[in-house]
Amino acid sequence: MKILKLVFRNLIGNGLKTWLNVFVLSIAFVLIIFMQAILQGWDRQAMSDTVKWEIADGQYWNANYDPFDPFTLDSAVSIIPKELVNQYETGQVEPVLIVAGTIYPSGRSMPVLMKGIRAGQQLLELPTSLLMNPTDSADIPAIIGSNMAHQSGLTENDIVTLRWRDANGTFEARDIRIAGVFRTFVPTVDAGQIWLPLDILQKITLNSGKASLLVKSKEVSVVPVDGWNFKDVDELTRPLRETLRSKTVGQSVFYVIFLLLALLAVFDTQTLSIFYRQREIGTFVALGMTKKEVMGLFTLEGTMNAILAIALGAVYGVPMFLYFAVNGIPMPSGTSDFGVAIADKIYPAFPPKLIIGTILFIILITAWVSYLPARKIVKMNPTDAIKGKIQ
Amino acid sequence: MRFLTVKNFDKDKSTKFMDSKNNLIVDVNGLVKRFPIGFSGFFTALKGIDLTVSEGEFMGLVGPSGSGKTTFLNIIGTLDKPSEGRVNVLDKNAGTLTPRQAAQLRKEEMGFIFQSFNLLPVYTVFENVEFPLLLLNLSYGERKKRVMETLEWLGLTSKINSRPPQLSGGECQRVAIARAMVKRPKLVLADEPTANLDADNSHRILKTMVKLNEELKTCFIFATHDEKVISYLKRIVHLEDGRIVKDISSQKSELQ
Repeated sequence: MKILKLVFRNLIGNGLKTWLNVFVLSIAFVLIIFMQAILQGWDRQAMSDTVKWEIADGQYWNANYDPFDPFTLDSAVSIIPKELVNQYETGQVEPVLIVAGTIYPSGRSMPVLMKGIRAGQQLLELPTSLLMNPTDSADIPAIIGSNMAHQSGLTENDIVTLRWRDANGTFEARDIRIAGVFRTFVPTVDAGQIWLPLDILQKITLNSGKASLLVKSKEVSVVPVDGWNFKDVDELTRPLRETLRSKTVGQSVFYVIFLLLALLAVFDTQTLSIFYRQREIGTFVALGMTKKEVMGLFTLEGTMNAILAIALGAVYGVPMFLYFAVNGIPMPSGTSDFGVAIADKIYPAFPPKLIIGTILFIILITAWVSYLPARKIVKMNPTDAIKGKIQ
Repeated sequence: MRFLTVKNFDKDKSTKFMDSKNNLIVDVNGLVKRFPIGFSGFFTALKGIDLTVSEGEFMGLVGPSGSGKTTFLNIIGTLDKPSEGRVNVLDKNAGTLTPRQAAQLRKEEMGFIFQSFNLLPVYTVFENVEFPLLLLNLSYGERKKRVMETLEWLGLTSKINSRPPQLSGGECQRVAIARAMVKRPKLVLADEPTANLDADNSHRILKTMVKLNEELKTCFIFATHDEKVISYLKRIVHLEDGRIVKDISSQKSELQ
């Protein structure tokens, strides 16, 4: 208690020097927490959007289906298994047929994945009601994501030629009409993909009643089916998590830079303190403190900078965090070109683990940085220190 | 400076000490202090000192620079250890005390007054004087009472919230005396306390210390070569080249 009192007295007595340190450290605190919160919010949104738009509660994959090998697509289709027919009829399982094709927007060819899904399905967020084709148009209705629209230059109601090979290997071509462009932050349902009504795609590719994968609702349990492998959410989101992890490593560079800047300020002040305050150190010893107590005092003084920084950071950081947690941070257009799902607004997440963890980590590391120069005190000769002789 | 009587000063501790064995505050036998020089050499600063100092003495170690005064004072103050010989300070063997025991002894029983005052620059006068009491873990009420009493006694109540850079040299040294005296120590060690003061301030400070010595029976040991200080001393121990060459006692009991 007595040491704490002395520490506060010294810090307050140091005036501007203390507050400058505390301010710099508080900025580091707030920025580190904020950056981490953005990352966590981003990760959460990306994960949740991927589940809503693509995965639902897991997928049954045709045994031959390999999303990384387009050459297997032709052989990776089969009839919807009888074990899942009931679930299919009640909309608790949605089949998706995937076929490779080519479109010719503005006279250039562009490889695409044609994906057939039931018009009006409710399981995924895809706006498939647009595929119901209420007009009498003979063109096949299709929907595409905004990223795909940007890449192909297609807009709503555009007509474009689509070419594919049917199940017998015969090339076919038809005009399709872009019935809608949807905005999603999940690149895997957007980039290079065209969504078509399932029944039409099955018919034109001679794959009647067949699908490449089946998306499962969480309302039904997994059923073992021969020739189909069930992939749960954890497995299906693994590539996304790996991408996010690599992004986190990149962002850690900022974390380290902020932290180093803050610690440098503390270390610098501590080192100078011990250099310039030798007479004070000697006086403390003469008045009855042991050298170890004085070392503890100086270490605590440095550490207290971090504690004051938390208090100061909380004053302006908490309102800022609350504002952005509620209103989100607008992302500039084009950020989805990074290849990771990015919403137009990211809502930072501030889980207690992040805040408490960051605070503890910074306090510990500040204590260590304060302790390093303070160790010199133990080696000081108090009789020289009293006279202010540089040691 | 006002000269106040020691009306409110607590004399209990001093009275209690009157009953202790032989009233000896310092008892030194065959003290030798060597400092290493270079890789293998030594410089001997004190060469076999024998000395006793009793309770209530107002004595000085006098001698030219390099005679060993400060070294001797540091050893008595347990800030340094003897190389040889026995140094008993307040019934404790200074040579065998652990750093914690030595700190405890300084904290409870000793006061220090330095040539450069050594006040804590960021503390106010009140906080500087309060510091030794804080180390003794006294309650705030007790600390405040004692600090105010001491500051009043030294005529510093108007400077209570000032910081050392705002004070004159004489005021700084009075604050240093207040800090040394606030815990009612049995022994005060003063190393060249007037070296940074003008003649007027030196006399005022010395008169204050004489008064404290007479009324509280606090033992003062000075290290000095200042004639002004010497003129106030009741006992003068001359040191030359690490040895005591003269030990003169006088019966000065009145203020100069």
